[in-house]
Amino acid sequence: MSVMDVRSRQVRVPRRFLPVAATFAVFVLTFGAGSLRYEGFASPQVLTNLFVDNAFLIVLAVGMTFVILTGGIDLSVGAVAALSTMIAAATLEAGWPPLVSVAAVLLTGTCLGLLMGLVIHHFEVQPFIVTLAGMFLARGLCFLISVESVSITDPAFRAAATGTLTPVEGVTLTYSVLIALAVVLVAAHVLHRTRFGRTVYAVGGSEASARLMGLPTGRVKVGVYAVSGFCSALGGLLFSLYMLSGYGLHAVGMELDVIAAVVVGGTLLSGGVGYVAGSVAGVLVLGTVQTLISFEGTLSSWWTRIVVGVLLLVFVVFQRAVVRRAR
Amino acid sequence: MRPRQLLRHHLFWPIAALVLLLVLNTVSNPSFLEIRLQNGQLYGSLVDILRNGAPTLLIAVGMTLVIATRGIDLSVGAVAAIAGAVACTWIASGGSAATAVLLALGACVLLGLWNGFLVSVLGIQPIIATLVLMTAGRGAAMLVTEGQIITVDDPLYHQIGAGFLVLPIAVLVSLGVLVGVALLTRGTALGMLVESVGVNPRASLLAGVRSRTIIWTVYVFAGLCAGVAGLMISSNVNAADANNAGLWIEMDAILAVVIGGTSLAGGRYSLAGTLVGALVIQTLTTTVYSIGVAPNAALVFKAVVVIAVCLLQSPRTSQVFGVRRKAGPRPSRSEEVTAA
Amino acid sequence: MTDSSARAAPAVDMRGITVEFPGVRALSEVDFRLLPGEVHALMGENGAGKSTLIKALTGVHRPTSGVILLHGEQVGFGTPVQAQDAGISTVYQEVNLCPNLSVAENILLGREPRRLGAIDARACRARAAELLQRIGLSIDPASTLDSHPIAVQQLVAIARALAVDARVLVLDEPTSSLDAGEVAELFRIMRVLRDDGVAILFVSHFLDQVYEIADRMTVLRNGSLVGEYLPTETGRLELVSAMLGRENTVLEEVGRRSQERAPASVPVLTARNLGRGGAIAPFDLEIHAGEVVGLAGLLGSGRTELARLLFGADRADTGGLSTGGRPFRPRSARSMIARGVAFCSEDRKAEGLVADLSVRDNLLLALQAARGWARPVPRRTADALVAEYIGKLDIRPADPGALTKNLSGGNQQKVLLARWLITRPKLLILDEPTRGIDVGAKAQIQQVVADLAADGTAVLFVSAELEEVVRVSDRVVVLRDRHKVSELDGADATVDRVMASIAAAHGEHGRAVAS
Repeated sequence: MSVMDVRSRQVRVPRRFLPVAATFAVFVLTFGAGSLRYEGFASPQVLTNLFVDNAFLIVLAVGMTFVILTGGIDLSVGAVAALSTMIAAATLEAGWPPLVSVAAVLLTGTCLGLLMGLVIHHFEVQPFIVTLAGMFLARGLCFLISVESVSITDPAFRAAATGTLTPVEGVTLTYSVLIALAVVLVAAHVLHRTRFGRTVYAVGGSEASARLMGLPTGRVKVGVYAVSGFCSALGGLLFSLYMLSGYGLHAVGMELDVIAAVVVGGTLLSGGVGYVAGSVAGVLVLGTVQTLISFEGTLSSWWTRIVVGVLLLVFVVFQRAVVRRAR
Repeated sequence: MRPRQLLRHHLFWPIAALVLLLVLNTVSNPSFLEIRLQNGQLYGSLVDILRNGAPTLLIAVGMTLVIATRGIDLSVGAVAAIAGAVACTWIASGGSAATAVLLALGACVLLGLWNGFLVSVLGIQPIIATLVLMTAGRGAAMLVTEGQIITVDDPLYHQIGAGFLVLPIAVLVSLGVLVGVALLTRGTALGMLVESVGVNPRASLLAGVRSRTIIWTVYVFAGLCAGVAGLMISSNVNAADANNAGLWIEMDAILAVVIGGTSLAGGRYSLAGTLVGALVIQTLTTTVYSIGVAPNAALVFKAVVVIAVCLLQSPRTSQVFGVRRKAGPRPSRSEEVTAA
Repeated sequence: MTDSSARAAPAVDMRGITVEFPGVRALSEVDFRLLPGEVHALMGENGAGKSTLIKALTGVHRPTSGVILLHGEQVGFGTPVQAQDAGISTVYQEVNLCPNLSVAENILLGREPRRLGAIDARACRARAAELLQRIGLSIDPASTLDSHPIAVQQLVAIARALAVDARVLVLDEPTSSLDAGEVAELFRIMRVLRDDGVAILFVSHFLDQVYEIADRMTVLRNGSLVGEYLPTETGRLELVSAMLGRENTVLEEVGRRSQERAPASVPVLTARNLGRGGAIAPFDLEIHAGEVVGLAGLLGSGRTELARLLFGADRADTGGLSTGGRPFRPRSARSMIARGVAFCSEDRKAEGLVADLSVRDNLLLALQAARGWARPVPRRTADALVAEYIGKLDIRPADPGALTKNLSGGNQQKVLLARWLITRPKLLILDEPTRGIDVGAKAQIQQVVADLAADGTAVLFVSAELEEVVRVSDRVVVLRDRHKVSELDGADATVDRVMASIAAAHGEHGRAVAS
């Protein structure tokens, strides 16, 4: 509750921030409920682990936020992430230096995103279809590289994966968390402090108007898919650090988790409204649910899906109510 | 003039893709087009394509109507899994096949009602409304099967997916539904009202169209189609696999509809196009398998064909319909081209 | 004022502009000049080429031939951005801003002051406040755009135009959704800008407004230049005939409503104490067969809201309706349609047309919806009806298969009207049926209304134009501040009386746009 109060007083237009505040509130509530119910849940490490276990998801959600803010959608993120794990694993196995391998992964992801953006913008094919094809393409490419899972044995990579930081006594972080947080900060800066970011919101609000105002709508519409492609590739790299392998069946269905996180985070699928911070909160809520279910122990894993579905429903109905009241 | 008109027909490129695929197959395997009559049943690669494509086609028919109302139903794969789970669990616990089918379809109608409720009454965007069930649905199917793959041995149930009446029963069901829907929507005013709701829901409502009922109905129908398709899938293998039954079938169905020339923006729809689209997708899958590419890598070809067909349709679409989305004072692309 | 400006070098000088589209010549050899420090009205029917000329100037269309001089230098714009950069700003009829962004963000979008590559939020706020100040609009720059009424959004669009230091300002029908007070505010700002030396190109369908604000007028017809006129020297009749290119007979004919029409004793529809919070205070109203009831009032007075309540498009909080003496509560549009009530919304695009369907489908929609999907209108009946009404209302092109989105505004309106006429309603509610359409179509629609009443149909006619309401109606209901304030009958229903009724106690009327 206190979260909401503080925000509505600070912020000039509270209604815009209401969904994000609600997501944070739900996060605090679910985490609080877990703390009351399970011993050891409320430890800083459990909180930190939410970031450690979901670093890649945060990065993917950031990219998806850009796309959804323009009113588009990107179904390819899970597949591109999987392709990234595969390229990383395969190139490392072939003896490429880790940095070159990382560059290759990021370049591939960005190019794929760019390509999809170009098709969407210049041929006016719906984003849903183009990114669906992109998803098929990326998954298919994984299996063209290798049908089997390829494990990563490169020492530098392993060191990056297993290396930890201890900023405070009793809390360990991985490098992935730092990367994810950096991505969030950069994304927030880009969205709110650059003309590119403003145009992203403008395109989502009214593309026709944005075009008449002389904004580079085409460049932005293509750009967000490139951003999403880059984030998918980076998320895939973090995932390969997490799994230490490349596999075509990694991250299956992850695009749904990412979209769910973004929607739960208060971003409207119709575009123009939403914040990166909200998407991070959305990821944290989904992560908490997963942690809760694993703490419960007796509940089977499929309950996660059901709870995520229910959460999605609750938030969508809530947003709908907010929008209706505003009109 | 004639060839140009042919090129401009909305089914030209999808049919061209289909023919190309069939030719490819025939070249690599001369017996591809052969159809044998054996014990009163038809066999052959073409029949196999039809049979394997029957669930996708059926779901795509339901999806066509949903998309025509400016909606989308992402939950059909999960609904199909639930149908199989319910039916197999019931049969495995000693129930009859007939009641199992009724129970499963009843469940699917309920799920369709739920989707329709979210979209038409609460006014939630279809893509998120059905994402809810897409996410939760497989979990629910797992709940029904308690996480197991339920196998059944019921000859009657097996008929749905694997039975023959000259042609495979599944094919007859899917084609029957397709023709039935075509006759129903084009023979009555239903098709026009569905399109009208899809183009402009508010105007339709004010003109007295029961928009809400129509939208609700198409989601129920889509749910029902998904249910029957789910029964076909599970009966074909005599098992319910909550995790993998109907996985990605919603995407295939949506692709079939779009390849068939129905726009995701709603409005005018083409059931003939959906049939061609479903055949293209299934033939493609079969082709890739028979050429000997790894099953998963076949996805690359699917991506290429989808993009190719959509791109080929696109410049023309923007010429004919280009003005629609660019209602503002910006010239349509065709104007730019001709002015240059 | 005109004399001094006429001597100045033109800000815009367009010579021999021709614009061709495949198969159509939209503009042929049009000359047009716009002087600094003048308001220049561009007049003409729909299809006269007004928007094409504007688009040629603002870089949306590239002229097939002809020269555009801006402050004496030849220019050729490929995109609207280039025109904007050269100092030509355009404000369109439909507000072209982003509703989800703040006022300040909208004003500065694309030209935000930056520091070290990042947008300088403080400088943005200051600059936006300064621009709002310049046009005298006191709203919070940080508020979201969609929290303001359309009129304010329109003014924000002008503030945005000023942000580029526009020397040429194009206002394309900015007044069509403003009420009188808001128009006055807009005109005040236009005068300020004009006195600053800005050249203003102004498009409007309202003759009154043009005569009030314009220093000069240019009339186009069928893509050609008719001439340039001074309002001080040109009478209205002369101007209208220049626009129409024919003697202005139609308008005069419709003019006199039939006095001898005797209202039937039983009302077609009676509203008792019908009202809805925040929309319209409870009112009583009776509409009789064969009667045209006009609804007059300023924008925001509750005109549209009243009409929507009668049709059940919005749900009433209090009161009820009765037809033929039987009371009921309006539940939905469908239930009202079943009782013989029809409604054409003011928002043609969003609430009327089914743009992607054919004229035929649009015409048959209401009839078909009433019959239900299972009973399609028989093909032959449908063909006959469609042909009959296309002919009756002179819908062009007379092709049932044409998509309605390709029709002109006037023809689209006729399609909507015909959609309801086919259902033979007892009461037809027309909300702004003649807004934004050309004079010819306007006259035809007014004629249809007169004919309907003569045939015994009741009509509720809503319009922002008082003269039109008074001319068409037998009885005028006047609204003010969401209250029904008077009913003027027969000879009482004159423009002056209606105006007086609207303006009575106007001081309490708190709808001023800006401070």
